[in-house]
Formats: sequence, C-alpha cells, structure tokens
Amino acid sequence: MGFLTGSTLACLADSCFEAMMKEGRVRREIREKEISSCSIFGAMNRDGERFTGEGITRAIANMHVRGNGLGGGFAAYGIYPQYQDYYALHMMFTGGNRQVKREAKDKFEAFLCANFDLVYDEEIPHDDEVRVMDPPLIWRYFVAPNKKGDEARLSDDDYVVGKSMWVNTQIENACVFSSGKNMGIFKGVGFPEEISEYFMLDRLYRGHIWTAHGRFPTNSQAWWGGAHPFGLLDWTVVHNGEISSYGTNRRYLEMYGYKCTLFTDTEVITYAVDLLMRRQKLPIELVSKVLSPPVWKSIDRMDGKSRKLLTALRMVYAPLLLNGPFTIIVANQREMIGLTDRIRLRPLTAATRGEMLYLSSEEASIRLISPDLDQVWTPNGGEPVVGELSERGCQ
Amino acid sequence: MEAQLIDCGTAQPAFNWGKSWRVGEVEIDAAGMPSKELNNLLRNCMLDGTRHFLLKNVCGQRYIGTRLVGPTKSLDIEIMGTPGNDLGAFLSGHRIMVHGNVQDGVGNTMDDGEIIVRGRAGDVLGMSIRGGKIFVKDDVGYRTALHMKEYMDKRPALVIGGTSQDFLGEYMAGGIVILLGLGGKPHLANYIGTGMHGGVIYLRGNIMPSQLGQEVEISPLDEEDRAILDRYVGEFLDRFPDIGMSKEEILEGNMIKISPISKRPYGKIYAY
Amino acid sequence: MRSYLFPEFQVFRDESKCNQCRGCERQCAFGTHIYDPATDRMQTDETKCSGCQRCAIFCPRNALVVRPTPPYYRPNEAWTREKIDDLKKQAETGGVLLSGCGSDKPFRIYWDNIVLNASQVTNPSIDPLREPMELRTFLGRKPDLLEIDDCGEICTELGPNITVEAPMLFSAMSYGAISYQAFNSLAMAAREFGTLFNTGEGGLPREMREEFGRYATVQVASGRFGIDAEYLNCARAIEIKVGQGAKPGIGGHLPAEKVSSKVAATRMIPEGTDAISPAPHHDIYSIEDLSMLIYALKEATNYELPVSVKVAAVHNVAAIASGIVRAGADIVAIDGMRGGTGAAPKAIRDNVGIPIELALSAVDRRLREEGVRNRCTIIAGGGIRCSSDVIKAIALGADAVYIGTAALIAMGCTLCQKCYTGKCNWGICTQDPRLAGRLDTRIASQRLVNLLTAWSFEIKEMLGGMGINAIESLRGNRDHLRGVGLYEWELDVLALKGAGE
Repeated sequence: MGFLTGSTLACLADSCFEAMMKEGRVRREIREKEISSCSIFGAMNRDGERFTGEGITRAIANMHVRGNGLGGGFAAYGIYPQYQDYYALHMMFTGGNRQVKREAKDKFEAFLCANFDLVYDEEIPHDDEVRVMDPPLIWRYFVAPNKKGDEARLSDDDYVVGKSMWVNTQIENACVFSSGKNMGIFKGVGFPEEISEYFMLDRLYRGHIWTAHGRFPTNSQAWWGGAHPFGLLDWTVVHNGEISSYGTNRRYLEMYGYKCTLFTDTEVITYAVDLLMRRQKLPIELVSKVLSPPVWKSIDRMDGKSRKLLTALRMVYAPLLLNGPFTIIVANQREMIGLTDRIRLRPLTAATRGEMLYLSSEEASIRLISPDLDQVWTPNGGEPVVGELSERGCQ
Repeated sequence: MEAQLIDCGTAQPAFNWGKSWRVGEVEIDAAGMPSKELNNLLRNCMLDGTRHFLLKNVCGQRYIGTRLVGPTKSLDIEIMGTPGNDLGAFLSGHRIMVHGNVQDGVGNTMDDGEIIVRGRAGDVLGMSIRGGKIFVKDDVGYRTALHMKEYMDKRPALVIGGTSQDFLGEYMAGGIVILLGLGGKPHLANYIGTGMHGGVIYLRGNIMPSQLGQEVEISPLDEEDRAILDRYVGEFLDRFPDIGMSKEEILEGNMIKISPISKRPYGKIYAY
Repeated sequence: MRSYLFPEFQVFRDESKCNQCRGCERQCAFGTHIYDPATDRMQTDETKCSGCQRCAIFCPRNALVVRPTPPYYRPNEAWTREKIDDLKKQAETGGVLLSGCGSDKPFRIYWDNIVLNASQVTNPSIDPLREPMELRTFLGRKPDLLEIDDCGEICTELGPNITVEAPMLFSAMSYGAISYQAFNSLAMAAREFGTLFNTGEGGLPREMREEFGRYATVQVASGRFGIDAEYLNCARAIEIKVGQGAKPGIGGHLPAEKVSSKVAATRMIPEGTDAISPAPHHDIYSIEDLSMLIYALKEATNYELPVSVKVAAVHNVAAIASGIVRAGADIVAIDGMRGGTGAAPKAIRDNVGIPIELALSAVDRRLREEGVRNRCTIIAGGGIRCSSDVIKAIALGADAVYIGTAALIAMGCTLCQKCYTGKCNWGICTQDPRLAGRLDTRIASQRLVNLLTAWSFEIKEMLGGMGINAIESLRGNRDHLRGVGLYEWELDVLALKGAGE
C-alpha cells in the first residue's frame, strides 16, 4: 500500500523493475497493472445513526458470483467514537511465520513511539474458526502525531500520510492499510462474507457509512494488502472496472508526489480524489466532471458559462480523465459518493429508504436487506450520487 | 428452507420440494438458492410436466428461463422479487412475468417468448433480441434494444411504459421499440439510434434532434405505423391494466417515429 | 478522378502460345482479361489484377505469367512503394484502407528461430511407423484431482471434454466471409479426419446441423448472428469470440453484397443489409461480465458443452487469459497478430497485437505460476504454417492449434489479400454462385484431409526423434526447444534456453 509523500520521501527505490535470478540469467521482471473487477456496495445513514456490518455483509454476499474469492473488504465510518480524535492506524504484519511478523511489528512500534503519541493499541479481534488463507498479524493503534523540528510545519494529515508512506516502503512486512479518524478498513484474501466473519463485523462494529468490495482479479496475487477498499486518511474507494487511462493518470499524479506502488486502478483513483478534493478543495460536482467529463458534443451545446467551465476543466485536468469502464464508491466521514464513467459501462443502482442511501452493483442486493425502498434509480454516466450527513448526522 | 431439501443433480427430482396446488403447477421458494440450483429445479420440473411456475423470494438469481429448452415452449413463469442479470437470456419461448424490477441483460439474445416486467429494467435490455416481446411498465437503463434484429416472420417488440437512458437502439438492425413516456418524465436519452440500420423506434413525447445518432431520421407516422402502435399499446395495456390510461389517451399524445437513414450506414467509409 | 496508382501486377501473355480460348477471361472475376473480337486478341487491364494466379494456373497452354510490378519509384527506405500507393489510394477515396489475410509485415517469426531436440545415445528415438505414437488430445477443463470410491467408480464430476485425433483444429471462418462450398469442405474434412471446424460468427446452416454439428465449434460473437437454442445445442463446443488476431479490438462488417439469401437465412438477418458486429460484446464490459456470458451459455446448453473464449494476443494477454480461466471458460483460444481475416483495416492488421509465440508462452507460464493451467485447454492460432510450427506451439504450452490460413491455402488460396472484394477467383472467399461453384467440396475436403494427414505424420516423426510417443509429454515441455538468434528478453518471454546452453 503506498501513500502520498512530501518531497522528503522522493528518493524511494523504484519497485517497477525487480530483477531476479533464474537459471543463471538475470531475468527482467516488469510489474504490470493488476486487473480486477468486482461487486461493490455502500450503505449510509444520513442522520448519522449507526448500524452493524450484518446487512452489508449479506448484501455483498448476494453478489458472490461477481467475485472469485481472491479479495474482499469493508470500510466503516463512525466505528471508534471513543477515540474519534485520534488517527486509527490499521496495520498488517506479514511474513512466512509468526516470528517474522513479530519482528515487523517490533520494528514498526519502535518507529511509532518515535513519531506518534500512542493512546491505545490492540490486536484487531478476529474469529480463528473462520477459514481464511494465510492471515497476517493485524493490529490497530490509536495515535496522535508527535511532530518535531521541520515537520511541525506540516498539517496533521500530511504528517500521517508521510509517515504511513515511510512505513509502507521502508519497514519490511509492515503495511498501514487504514489511517483515518473514527473509521477503519477491514480486508483480506477471501470472499467478502468470509472477511466479514473473520473480523466479526456483524457484531463488533457500528458505523453510519459502510462500503464493501468483492474482488475478481485476473491473477492470484493472494496478498491481504492488495484487497480493497483502498484508503488514504479517512478517504476510501471501492471500484469496479478497468481504466484504460491508468498510465496517463498515474504519471500525472506522480508529479504531485504520489507514489503508485500497488499498480491498481483503485490506488490511482484514491490519489486523484485526494488531490482534487482534499488538497485542491474542488466540490464533488466538479470533481465528477474531471473524472468522467461530458463529451465535447454535449459541452459544445451548453450555454456560455457552463461551456467555459467544462472546457476549462477538461483542458486543465485532461490527465485525470478516467477513461474506460468504472464504477466507484468514494466515502469519507461525512459523505458517500457513487460515480460511474461517462457512458456508464459499469453498473450502479442507487436506492433510498428513509434516511438510508444504498449504492450497489445490483439491485437485488439492496432489496435483500431493504425490500421496500422509497426510490430506486440507475444514475446517468458521470453524474454523481452524493449522500451527505444531515445536520443531525453531523452532530 | 425448502430449497435445501432438494437433490439438485441431473437425476429426477425427489418430489418433496415446493407445493403443487394444481397438476402442472409448482411454487418454489427461491430464498438463498444459488442460480444453478434454481435453474436445475426449473428444468427438472419442466421435464416432469410442470407448465406453471411461481417463484417466490427471488433475489439476484441469474439466467432464469435460459435452460428451459425442451418439449414445450409455453411455460408460464411468475417471479416475485428481483431476478438477477441475464433473465431470459437465449430464451426460446415461454412467458415470464416479474412482479418487481429487473436488473441488467434481460432478454439477452432472446429468440422467442415473452417477458413482462411490472417495474423498471436495468441496462442492455433486449440486447440482440431476434424474436419475442418484452413489456416493461416503467423506465429502462442504458443501451436498450442494442443490436435488436429481425428475420422473416420474427419481428421482436419492446414496449416500455416510461423512458430510457442513453444509447437506446444502438446498432439496431430490426424489430420494434416503443417508448411511451407515461411516467411524465421527459426523454433525456442521448445517442438514440447510433449506428441503427434497421427496425423502428416509436417515441411518445418530445426530443431534440441533438439526442439522435447521425444514422437516424424522424419521419411522420403512416397507416402501418398506426396499426403497429395500436396493436402493441393494446397488448401493453392488457398486461398492465392498472396504468390508468386508455389506449386512445395514450395514442393521442405526440408520437415520433425514428428510423434509419440507410440499411448500410458504413458502406462508404472504406477504400476498395 | 484519374488514379495516380501503378498497377500492382503485370500480366505477360505469350502470344505464340495463346490461342484465344478465353479461359482466362472466364477465370478472372476482376475483369483483367478481355477478348477483343476486332483483333481476335486477348487484351489485358492490369489495374484490375489481384495477382491471385488463377488465370496463370488454369491457362491450358501456360501462356500467362503474372508477377508483381517492380517498385518504379525512386528507392526510399522510409517511403516504400506500399506507403506511397496506400497514401495515393486514400487521397483518391478518403476511405479506410482494407486488406485481407494476415499481416504480411516483417515482424520476427519466432517459430523460425526455435529449434527442436532429438534423442542421441542417452535415450532412444522412436520409429513412428512401427511403434505406437499418440496424438489424441482432450479439449476441456480437467479437475484438480480425481476421487475414486471403493468400487472404482469416479466420484469427481468431469467437465465436458472433446476428443480430437490430432492437436489441430480448423479456426473460425464464417459462412458469409467464405463460400458455402469452402465452409462445407472444412466441415467434411473435420468429420473425416476426426477434428473440429469452427463456424465463426455467421451461424450454421440448418441442413448442416444434424450431419456436421458434432464436428462443429459454434461461435457466439458480438454480432450474435444466427444464434438460437438449436444452433447452440447441436454443436460440440461453443466459442465466445472476444477478439481476432488480425483485428484486435474492432468490430466486423459483412457488406450487404455478401449477404445473399442463404447467408441471410443462416445469420437470421434481412437480405441485403450490412451485417455489423460491434467492437465489444455489449454484455461484456468486464471480466465478471464474461463470466456471466460463459455461464449463460452453459445454462443454455445444460452444462453439456465446453465453452471456449477466443481472444486476440495483446499486451497483457497473460493476465487476461488467467481471468478467462477464473471466469469459468474451459478453453482459452489465443489468436496471434499474424492471424488471417476476410477483411480488416490495414492500419489495425499491421500494427495491433503481438506474435502468437510470445503470447502463448506468456499465457502458459502465467497459468502454471498460478496453478490453474490444468483447469483449461489452450488453443493457439494465428500464424501456424507447417507441422513444425504445430509441434513448437505444443512445446510452448498449447494443447492444440487452430489452422486457418493454412487450410485456405490447401483449398487453393494464394494470399492475394483481396478477400474483402468478394471476387475470390478460387471460390473460397465469395458469395458469387459462379465463383463459389468452382470449389468442388469433395476435392477441397480431400486436400484438407491430406494436409492434416501429412502434418500428423511429420509431427509423429519429430516426436519420435525426441523419444516421446504421446503428445501430452511434449506439452509445455520447453526442454525440447532452444532459441537461435534471439535477444535475451525474447528467450525470457519464451522461457527458452539459447542453443548450446
């Protein structure tokens, strides 16, 4: 998992070319992009009322055939109210045996103590009865930044991002896979319903937003960190589809200091959203027009002001057009957003019931957990479905 | 759950499933049943002489109707719930009625039969359909009737009560699409009839020329068109009598006919 | 507008041999030869000549020689004659350049840089004429293990598998692209030899279904032509055509001139309309959608037929193939960039895709690394020219190969690349009844069977030399191959040692 970096972290080994010895000859191994597709689901209570992961687990499980058991995951918001002012770092320590994992954990904790004030930590509870493939040691830490020297200038967010990046690239077998406040990502190798069971999401956590992902990669890199959702601070993305513009998007984002180390579309989308929404503070309505802009034919027909705006957006942010089929659900503490590509090559169904907003690859999954819906629709390509916390929810 | 009692092999089904309330009729509780299991059951019942099915608690099961190739083409399948993608794919006969919404790929490459949806439909409804009819009470998603075809006496028809999203009738090569716009929503679809080279779309309401693909044109309705509309709107109302409008009221509305300019839209782009 | 193009071919007539029998005039559908009654001489319009050699071969007096026009322009490595002529053609028409057959561009042909092994001393070579030598091949998914109960009965469910007598199948050529006679000849040859032909996406004429269905792989392509329950269920296998080596990523377009009443009936479309195949399957925008179509087809055929997915060899073909296997396909067919076509935009044909040798090796290796190779069958096609290409393909990991262009040549094709005109003088790629009638299905199918028979002998001979008497022992067995004259990265992709290593 790779994170945004400041210029201090520019000199990282390029992981693109991994040389390895085979039969006496050094063999050039070129890492290629991971292609995967899937099912996605999101549920949000706009009044901020929290609910367990039971429903979303059933919903994503109903789309079992859209995945192939090589990755599943969840993001949940509002689950750590008692530590809501602290960054919740979810850590994976991987390795062939317990000893290796422990060593990674010790190294990480030494680093943590030097850079953060630790408030509380524990192993993330899991059910060992659930059969999952090769689980890493998974731990969580609630921390406050302990900024020193030059770093005192950085915002807390940038500091956390920088440190996470350092951990992910410099400490072997350690991976920060969730780093927001009052939220957490739970993911791994398996079908999403197995991952949910493993982490007991149906009984241990209550959140006001949940997103979920069932993965169908075209290869079998059975790495827990490679599952989705992908997150950066409290932003998370789940994604379905394959973006043909990946190479363009990635090279553009790298100019802004993002290190794309995972070779997935989802990683690139997360950075794009972070750049546009968190750092450049564009509203979602415009961000959606950057990621899936209208075609020129439509823009040419618009009135003067819109035409000028849309033309400028496409001109300036051309390298961030996500070309090719995709549906994404982006979430943060206050909102959940569904968006498809501009000609809706991937499915997305939205539905409401009271204060609940649902987003799903298939309607049946929504009906399974909420049979009587107020409204069901399939949004137009490039038009975001935005769920925001109501005033009541924000309190 | 009754479904779990069933032996789902290709062997004859044990008769302890479902409850038959009349000869040739069967009711199946599909809750939690995987697609393949449900479709096994339907096939075995068909081979055993069942002609009427009532499927309850359907939720996401795919390909319902696809495997029902056999001694009869006139099964009646009533579905409660939300069937999964590819409902009636490659369908060759039968009548499927859904009480609710349907998802993507309904009637994919369908050859014969009828699908009735008492709700809305997702994307690529009736893709490459060559025969049979589909009636949808409400709206439909993207790419409806994509590459719809016709051949000899096979002239498929799609009648949609509401409106559609983009790319309606893309590559359309035959058949009839009728969009009634009854929900009061305007037709906002773009790229209507892109690449269309056969068949006809009737649309009740108004659209802008910019919503059309460059391969189609609008023309006034003639007697034959009126007869087609009369027939299919009538059939639509037979299936959805609760629509609250008479055939005359519907047909009074502004009707637009969209048809291809050429049977060979791309005949001139090559250098020979 | 006056054309600035030179004729592509020159026709030389030996007037001393020619007796004005007008045979050449009848043979040439392009109108190259015209009889002039005023002079009682044959006239030639060279601008019409496709270079198909039909007239020369059929001239009873051997009076004709047809040969390419020399490159008259000033020599120029960058602006070759082909580049100049293509450009002029487009300036004159404003159209997309079409071509037929596979790419003729000088991309490296890896088969010609790979050599085979033979046994010497340490293990014996085998004489195939007198010892058993087995080429029988199963196409379909195999389970990871076989469970046998106490009574010796197999408990594991075996997926549908097809048996072919040699690892060679005819690749997809649709009725409509090729003539009914050519299509029929392939079907007859497949039946006689014990292999499969492939309908392409143009349907299977009803009257052929009972007789030849068992020898047919029926295709489901983006145009979905001629597909109904009977078409699917009469066949031996179903192939979802995602792409074709000659034109990856683009659709097809059978012009109305070729949509005769019988072609229309087979495709179930109105006569006289263009048959347009969209670029993608519009129900497949993603790998999980492919899975959906695979299972829809399995549902439609009661899980009794293996489902193949054919893709063009493109950059990330290994990851794609891995996804295809996971999506439930029983067979993965890979078509290399030299694969043939009845018509393709030249820009696509000559610039898109990768050679089959590299693609095949990459796919085989990836599937092995992921432990799923046994779950599927790999068929490689697109540039298989002879029996040694076949055997090298097997050693690079193919279970079987598709033969397209080679089969057409066996029937008479001379690769004139004018397939898209529909005027094939050899009666292969045409719907003109007069031209198609030239192809005698009895003779053409015999030629095809002869070809497969000859190649089988040669394959057995080469296998025997390596000390192998069953084809499965060569599959993916790169120890019997060495590269000559290849760069290291090429050896790496092929997973081969260099000769002498």
